[in-house]
Amino acid sequence: MTLTQDTAPAGPSAAPGKLTDLFQLGLDAPICLTWELTYACNLSCVHCLSSSGRRDPRELSTAECKAVIDTLERMQVFYVNIGGGEPTVRPDFWELVDYATAHHVGVKFSTNGVKLDPAAAARLAASDYVDVQISLDGATADVNDAVRGPGSYATAMRAMQNLADAGFRGFKLSVVMTRQNIPQLDQFKAIADRFGAQLRLTRLRPSGRGADVWHDLHPLPEQQRILYDWLVAHGEQVLTGDSFFHLSAYGSALPGLNLCGAGRVVCLIDPVGDVYACPFAIHSEFLAGNVRDTGGFETVWKTSPLFASLRAPDTGGACRSCGFYDSCRGGCMAAKFFTGLPIDGPDPECVQGYGSTALAAVSEAAPKPSVDHSHRKVPVTIGRRRPPSKDCDENPLAGFTA
Amino acid sequence: MSTDGFDIDRPWQVDPRVSMRPEPFGALLYHFGTRRLSFLKNQRVLAVVRSLADHPSARAACAAAGVSEAELPAYVRALATLADSHMISERTVA
Repeated sequence: MTLTQDTAPAGPSAAPGKLTDLFQLGLDAPICLTWELTYACNLSCVHCLSSSGRRDPRELSTAECKAVIDTLERMQVFYVNIGGGEPTVRPDFWELVDYATAHHVGVKFSTNGVKLDPAAAARLAASDYVDVQISLDGATADVNDAVRGPGSYATAMRAMQNLADAGFRGFKLSVVMTRQNIPQLDQFKAIADRFGAQLRLTRLRPSGRGADVWHDLHPLPEQQRILYDWLVAHGEQVLTGDSFFHLSAYGSALPGLNLCGAGRVVCLIDPVGDVYACPFAIHSEFLAGNVRDTGGFETVWKTSPLFASLRAPDTGGACRSCGFYDSCRGGCMAAKFFTGLPIDGPDPECVQGYGSTALAAVSEAAPKPSVDHSHRKVPVTIGRRRPPSKDCDENPLAGFTA
Repeated sequence: MSTDGFDIDRPWQVDPRVSMRPEPFGALLYHFGTRRLSFLKNQRVLAVVRSLADHPSARAACAAAGVSEAELPAYVRALATLADSHMISERTVA
């Protein structure tokens, strides 16, 4: 989940309990939520969480998106993490960003940088209420492009240069940690420093197309330890989207909430309005409803039986007897689900080794994502066009010249 | 906890870039500039923070919310934490 990467809850005394305990039972409204605006993408990253590529013809219209924003304003959701697909390829992207910020809903959006020309960068630099995350999964073109596709390193670097030139300080350089790029931690930090950006490291999830490559890309056990030590050494300078709380079982907790916020304080709205418990769980098992349903998003958030069950007190399941349960809380629900592990057992990357034992015992095939918008031909087809055979097969970058 | 930079006898306000959301346990605060979340753990401290801008000093806001002398140090620490994270800022009186 991407909740409180940059949060350090602190407050007055006389507490009724720890904040995590309050969050555990859920809030009347999310603190923030992830909103994938489109499944269309110019890239075909091998680990894409949302199996993006082609636009879905049922995508929410501009008016429907604005109605969602009205709801979020009423519920006082502080901000949305906009992603995709590549959200900036929606023709109404800037209109929606402006509408959200005008309605007191902050925006943080993730992009591969394809549309961040100097004019877009200048516009972003002028707003207090919009933050940008540039995705880059290798500190060098060879490591990055092997995952994100040819040319994607150059695109991201150009976008960051544009943001830096426009005077945007503190935008985020967002990296999914893999077996291949963990040796580059210091290089990522150097790139972020060079552009005046803040480094944000997140966990590789076996979600979407990530399920197909997870076994080859996820960090090795010794690399997890390197990553943990590096994160501890850098403290709050480096953001993590709270995504490495399973590593807290190594010792002291990492900065952040160290809690799975799925359905409790965060959730996902996908491009067709489906509401899922978290961005890493696009599967019918975690589908709570749709913003087009009667009552809209607010009713889904408040009355979904799925969300009610996620807000029930944790039993801990098989992990309860482990001495580290209070640190890691059993890890990531989505990571367990998509590797075929029981939700109430250890995380597949459990640092105590219980995950690998459990993985070895998995007999049935892991569940496949229920939704797939991948380009029909992987890998990447940047700059190449073939005639669309259907509406949703239209390249989102048709007519766009870099 | 440092109380440097927080003077209870000065006028304060919730920072204009902070959004505050009431919750059953108190309130959540989000600062759009620092992009940090914080929270108020009870209704009394919420009443104090909410009314800061209506009083000539933070001390007056505490008194109006019924904070006793004995309780005051805890509220000073709480407000200092909020000042430290820029959730509240000193008001310039014209």
